Amino acid sequence: MKTKDLAYIALFAAIMAVLGLLPPVPVPGIPVPITAQTLGVMLAGSVLGARRGGLALLVFLAVVAVGLPVLSGGRGGLAVFVGPSAGFLYSWPIAAFVIGLLTELFWRRYNLAWALVANLIGGVLVIYAIGIPFLSLFGDVPLSTAFTGSMAFVPGDLVKAVAASLVAVAVHKAYPVIELPARRATAG
Amino acid sequence: MRRGRRADAAAAAAIVPRTAIEVHDVAHFYGDRPVLTDVSLTLTERRIGVIGANGSGKSTFARLLNGLVIPAEGSVLVDGLDTRTQGREVRRRVGFVFQDPDAQIVHPTVEEDMAFGPHNQGVAAEETARRVEEMLVRYGLAGHRDHPAHLLSGGQKQLLAIAGVLVMRPQRIVFDEPTTLLDLANTRRVSRVIDALEQDAVVVTHHLDLLDGFDRVLVFEDGRVVADGSPGETVPWYVARMG
Amino acid sequence: MLSLYVPGASPVHRAPAGLKLAVLAVLGVGLFATGRLDLVATALLLVLATGLLWARLPFRALTAQVRPVWIWLAALFGFHLLVTGPLVGAVAVLRLLTLVVAAAVVTATTRVTALVAVIEWLTSPLRVFGVRPARIGLVIAMTLRFIPLVADRAARIREAQAARGADRVRLAMVVPLLVQVLRMATTVGEALDARGAGDVPGRRPRRRAAAENLGTT
Repeated sequence: MKTKDLAYIALFAAIMAVLGLLPPVPVPGIPVPITAQTLGVMLAGSVLGARRGGLALLVFLAVVAVGLPVLSGGRGGLAVFVGPSAGFLYSWPIAAFVIGLLTELFWRRYNLAWALVANLIGGVLVIYAIGIPFLSLFGDVPLSTAFTGSMAFVPGDLVKAVAASLVAVAVHKAYPVIELPARRATAG
Repeated sequence: MRRGRRADAAAAAAIVPRTAIEVHDVAHFYGDRPVLTDVSLTLTERRIGVIGANGSGKSTFARLLNGLVIPAEGSVLVDGLDTRTQGREVRRRVGFVFQDPDAQIVHPTVEEDMAFGPHNQGVAAEETARRVEEMLVRYGLAGHRDHPAHLLSGGQKQLLAIAGVLVMRPQRIVFDEPTTLLDLANTRRVSRVIDALEQDAVVVTHHLDLLDGFDRVLVFEDGRVVADGSPGETVPWYVARMG
Repeated sequence: MLSLYVPGASPVHRAPAGLKLAVLAVLGVGLFATGRLDLVATALLLVLATGLLWARLPFRALTAQVRPVWIWLAALFGFHLLVTGPLVGAVAVLRLLTLVVAAAVVTATTRVTALVAVIEWLTSPLRVFGVRPARIGLVIAMTLRFIPLVADRAARIREAQAARGADRVRLAMVVPLLVQVLRMATTVGEALDARGAGDVPGRRPRRRAAAENLGTT
């Protein structure tokens, strides 16, 4: 890994933090806040690729753990890692990694449609597949309740996936960061 | 300020003076676009200015001198060390100050950031602390040691960036447009700081006043050196050429 | 945001960062293990006393961190009021409040470098897998440095777009922002190299075989 990559990783961890400073949208009835931060998860994977994207999210979680209140709603510290919604946090690095992996896979034909596929699989499916069982376990509610409760957030997440995909495609055109070995040779 | 300068001289006595940078037949490209063509120079003067229009290749040239950019063709030797194979040694000798101090300051607080370079060089903690202290005092940052870097003024940030390089004790410092983002007062301040340096300096700039008293000025155009001489010869020529 | 550290010389300031983090972790686990209001309330008082009296932190250093959580805590209390009851709600809210304040005390009394050193220490067993703990520390420090920078650039782009008549935050703002900060990060990468960050482990990236052949003659 090059030193430049360290800067990219830190940058997206910081972008996550800045997104966390946006005012939260509390939804009564379920202990999972609506957050602009999943947008950051999707962007990290889409822009940086699998390895750097996943690491950016790990670094972000480390910054949260160290006690900076940079999780949406000004939360931070170690407490957030034991709450019922913690599973969603743990899913983020994996989600970013999966999005990055798919983005690299689709790289040669990358466009809005493929970006959307990557973000829906990694940024919605993966996050819920990890977050919902965790919510059920730690929130002491049946899996079905956790599932139906979480479904309230799906429309918001779909909108975020579309937004992230639009941005990712535009950023790739303006300033591509992912370099595939084969492509690299021609780009010089 | 004046007393600080005398302390400078004393501290700098420990620094081996003079570097020689040899640039041999260098060409460099971004993609297929040539940014430097056929550049051959030997740099030994204490104060060297580099001027030229945007996109003339002067920034890339500056980055060659400490191995940040490895030339596609040709070679760059610093005191005989090839930047291609001995980057680490080269960077010990040649420091680099960027245009935007925000891009150079990597640690959240002033003192931590200053200690970054020496830490990378493996300098012992006490020695690092001593050097940092000296620089904090010299540049009037002692009252800000624990302050977040983003709360400093633009001029203070650039001083911090320069100090962060000086604590690494390089023999020559390359400045890439160090005053472009600064106001007049801070430009003058940075200019005085550069003048007072014991180290050799290469200064890429659009601020032509910065070059007063320099030993040599290079003018770049389309990736080539089109003029090379004293500021008295080159600067008026350059100004006339720019219309 | 990053000025969370409040310089001082109290015993709390001087305590090892690892110890403070360990206490914070134990507190977190302990608070979730109990449902008793008196215990949680006592914990909150102890944490407040530690911060205000022992560490001599200004009250504002603590409230500043509680303020953003306020809405969230109120919503949580409202939820419990409707679903479980005021007692459970009070415990849940005080528990979170205690943790937020405790985290604030640790953050306000511990230099970032000290906290990062703890993370480096915690991750040092990962060396076996080729992870370099010093780099983790560097990346975290850079993240803290970038947060105000990104926020600042975002504000500037919002201003620039507002000046041209765009009155709402729009997606179109995000693209130039990302390009701008990515470009900055690239320069930061260069600056890291210039200051020797890549030289630490003595292993240099090798990507120059082609250029090597064209070397000086």
